[in-house]
Amino acid sequence: MTVMFNVRSVVWALVIVSLMLLPLYSSVSGNIFILTLFTRIVIFALAAVSLNLIMGYGGMMSFGHAAYLGIGGYAVGILAYEGIGSGFIQWPVALLASALFALVIGALSLRTRGVYFIMITLAFAQMAYYIASGMARYGGDDGLTIYKRSDFGGLINLSDRTQFYYVCLACLFGGIYLVWRIVNSRFGLVVQGVRSNEQRMEAIGFHANRYRLVCFVISGMMCGLAGALLATNTDFVSPSIMYWTRSGDLMVMVILGGIGSLFGPVIGTILFLVLEESLSQVTEFSGIIIGPLLLLIVLFARGGIDGWLGRLRRG
Amino acid sequence: MLLVVEQLLNGLQFGLLLFLLAAGLTLVFGIMDFVNLAHGSLYMMGAYFAATFAAWTGSFIIGIVLALGATLLLGMVLEYVALRHLYGRDHLDQVLGTFGLILFFNDAVRLIWGPAGLSLPLPAWLTVPIQIVPGVFYPSYRLAIIAVSLVVAALLYLVVMRTRVGMLIRAGASNREMIGALGINIRLLFTLVFGLGAALAGLAGLMQAPILTVQIGMGENILILAFVIIVIGGIGSIRGAFLAAIFVGMIDTLGRAYAPDLLRHLLSPTAASTAAPALSSMLIYLLMAIVLVVRPEGLFPASKR
Amino acid sequence: MRSTFWLAGAALLALAQPANAGDTIKIGFVSTFSGPTAVIGNDMRNSFELALDHMGRKMGGKNVEVIYEDDTFKPDVGKQKTQKLIESDKVDFIAGYIWSNVLLASLKPIVDSKTMMVIANAGPSQVAGELCSPYVFSTSWQNDQTPAAVGEYMNQKNVKSVFLIGPNYAAGKDMLAGVKSTFKGEIKGEEYTVWPSQLDFSAELSKARASGAASIFVFYPGAAGVQFLNQYSQAGLKATMPLYTAFTIDETTLPLQKDNAIGVPGAQQWVNDLPNDANKKFVSDFRAKFKHGPSFYGAQAYDAAQLINSAVVAVKGDTSKKEEMRKAMEKADFKSVRGAFKFGNNHMPIQNFYLQDVVKGTDGELGLKTVATIVKDSQDRFHDKCPMK
Repeated sequence: MTVMFNVRSVVWALVIVSLMLLPLYSSVSGNIFILTLFTRIVIFALAAVSLNLIMGYGGMMSFGHAAYLGIGGYAVGILAYEGIGSGFIQWPVALLASALFALVIGALSLRTRGVYFIMITLAFAQMAYYIASGMARYGGDDGLTIYKRSDFGGLINLSDRTQFYYVCLACLFGGIYLVWRIVNSRFGLVVQGVRSNEQRMEAIGFHANRYRLVCFVISGMMCGLAGALLATNTDFVSPSIMYWTRSGDLMVMVILGGIGSLFGPVIGTILFLVLEESLSQVTEFSGIIIGPLLLLIVLFARGGIDGWLGRLRRG
Repeated sequence: MLLVVEQLLNGLQFGLLLFLLAAGLTLVFGIMDFVNLAHGSLYMMGAYFAATFAAWTGSFIIGIVLALGATLLLGMVLEYVALRHLYGRDHLDQVLGTFGLILFFNDAVRLIWGPAGLSLPLPAWLTVPIQIVPGVFYPSYRLAIIAVSLVVAALLYLVVMRTRVGMLIRAGASNREMIGALGINIRLLFTLVFGLGAALAGLAGLMQAPILTVQIGMGENILILAFVIIVIGGIGSIRGAFLAAIFVGMIDTLGRAYAPDLLRHLLSPTAASTAAPALSSMLIYLLMAIVLVVRPEGLFPASKR
Repeated sequence: MRSTFWLAGAALLALAQPANAGDTIKIGFVSTFSGPTAVIGNDMRNSFELALDHMGRKMGGKNVEVIYEDDTFKPDVGKQKTQKLIESDKVDFIAGYIWSNVLLASLKPIVDSKTMMVIANAGPSQVAGELCSPYVFSTSWQNDQTPAAVGEYMNQKNVKSVFLIGPNYAAGKDMLAGVKSTFKGEIKGEEYTVWPSQLDFSAELSKARASGAASIFVFYPGAAGVQFLNQYSQAGLKATMPLYTAFTIDETTLPLQKDNAIGVPGAQQWVNDLPNDANKKFVSDFRAKFKHGPSFYGAQAYDAAQLINSAVVAVKGDTSKKEEMRKAMEKADFKSVRGAFKFGNNHMPIQNFYLQDVVKGTDGELGLKTVATIVKDSQDRFHDKCPMK
């Protein structure tokens, strides 16, 4: 207690403070792009946090999480295209649509286990991808440009970079807080119990699948929110944000940072996207580095970066 | 009517090719309980090897034989060096690790062979269309694919059902711990099975090469189809994979052939022409979702525990 | 693990470096440099570099710095790279863009920041029409122009009917619409395939054969073009249903298409044997440097560099004079490798289209040759929708 401190907590505190001060740095240094980049990172971190809720705590390996990015994004995009510009309509619709989608596919998918669950969630996400590709009115494969960002009637201005960044950051912190509350509630304990021993939980009288489903829906809504933010950030939404490789990227972010860790997905996302951005400037053959690195992380650094930080203690 | 026959053949050919890819995947998955995303990379390597060796030797057949050997070897080396350390791990670890291998292989191939891809030209005797029924000409090479795939499927069936190795494979698929306990050299068996799976993937890749191109990332889209197939068929079941592959091949081809006409009755022509390709690609996933909802372990679950 | 962490830290620092404003002309170039379509991106980059070599790597007396960014064939990545070039590198010009969907996603930050832009390939109808901008120029074409020329050629050949096949994305639809806009015969059918994941075209080829059309028209850029030609010739259709193409056979795909491509015509605004001095220099120096011939993608990138140079020279290196640069660029006052051309009100080229065919040279090498001029001074049909006059 006295002089012992944990490298992990220091790193987290640093990450949180840096994220909060980033716009300041950006405006002082005149480096606008770092804000652009980190807005995207914060949004993907929210998606990763939502995936971690079901994957890390609920033991549900969803390989179709990018579908919610698309649903949230298309909800905002389609409403904007149809002339409904109010954020007070767009954002609740985005959340509801993702919740509904999660409810339906969750109810069906939770009948399966293990790899079958991975594959059925993938199947539903691919269906969503192809549905979006087929929507001729909304651009089909080419995607839909959002000409005007959601209007929150003077409350917040999403077109202002700094304000938008802080909106995204607030959503991320809100998401993390929500996950923390869920994980430490009675409900969360049941879900984690189901992960480690489903039969026992059923035997004590918990309807395992009902708990899982609720968890699945909450996660879907959070990711849908990330999707709405992402579409706003790019002013553009296209089916490619739902493609299965994107779901794979999300999984990588979570595992890289540390599955089942509250902050792990955030640092996983930062690392993943910063490497993606900077390695492409160093070499066009980044896969030769990233690929074996992933394998090594899986083999030797279980628990991801967060797990590794946890093992580093200093006296 | 003749068109229907032709489209059925197209579907059959595509399905059989998918079977070759899925068979290796389901074997590895069923026995080692190992999710190998890099299976698609082995498919790609098969095609690159075949194109390279065929160009070196000047012979299509010799090129193919050498490429099969090379993919078998590559598979076994890969298993020995990296993948065997992932057995017994979480499926998620396996997905991530082999996803890393995909990235590696794609860029390694680009470094070695360049981004342009290669071509594997057919010998003249395989380029002439054959008249199968009066009025219907069909590419002889596609017929050759159908024939080779059927032979391989039959061989695989014989090996798995009639030989000692096959018996071990089946035993492994239904109860992994047991065959280890029986004193079988399980590591060697695993390496062999993995090599066999790699060779099957390589075969699929190199047979597809003259129809498609030999290019980076060629294994990825088709890998997802292969996963769909083994999940529909039931993991570890060769028979299930065979039936599911034919199913998926047919649905994909027939969907593309007839969905546009069907949709044109329902929608405006422009909307129909955009929606049709999307709809036909979706059918496969719809099929998988329905199968899994009705039978959560696929059509022919190999292991019941 | 530790090294990963430092790597990330170093990367963050690298990103944090503010752009240093110097006495150089900065050009951002967005194209695809990874995956199979890197072939196209590389060809564009090589040609752009060659153009800079020809200028002594200076424009208007100033040094030139080019920053190449990879869009990885994804619209959202392309947009982020575009933003990086504008916001972080503060480029004076932005060029490149192979794909229509990447371009459409990236257009907004470019137009909003009033960065001068030269599109070196993609030509979606929106950019020629309602989304045209004073700052956006093209050294390529509007998507419709090339297939419209193919349609004209088919009229000249008296082709009675055609079956159209193309990929289901922006350019695919534009291309098929382009043929339909000029072709006078009967359209027997029209098929769109999933892009870019569809592997097998057997269902479409079977339908084409069954339709009884006299010919087939396709648009398949890059590797898909190789796939299509393989399957087309294996189906034995070459003898019965002649194929007409747009952007399907070029120097990047020909080494893979080989004999399958012989005798398959296509239209292009540039062919490697066009008899003008600028082109002869471009093609021979390219061959000398890279040991193979350039493609039309490269030719467009080469012209893009020339167009940018003409603007910089006109303002003597002072790139803050955007109005003057725009006026200079509108004159198209440089030696284009396609021969002289003009810009329309929408900053799209008004240019000739040539018929090209694949022939075997004396050394056994396959190459593209100009056969005839199909149309002179073709202008896209969307320029009326552009508000600029």
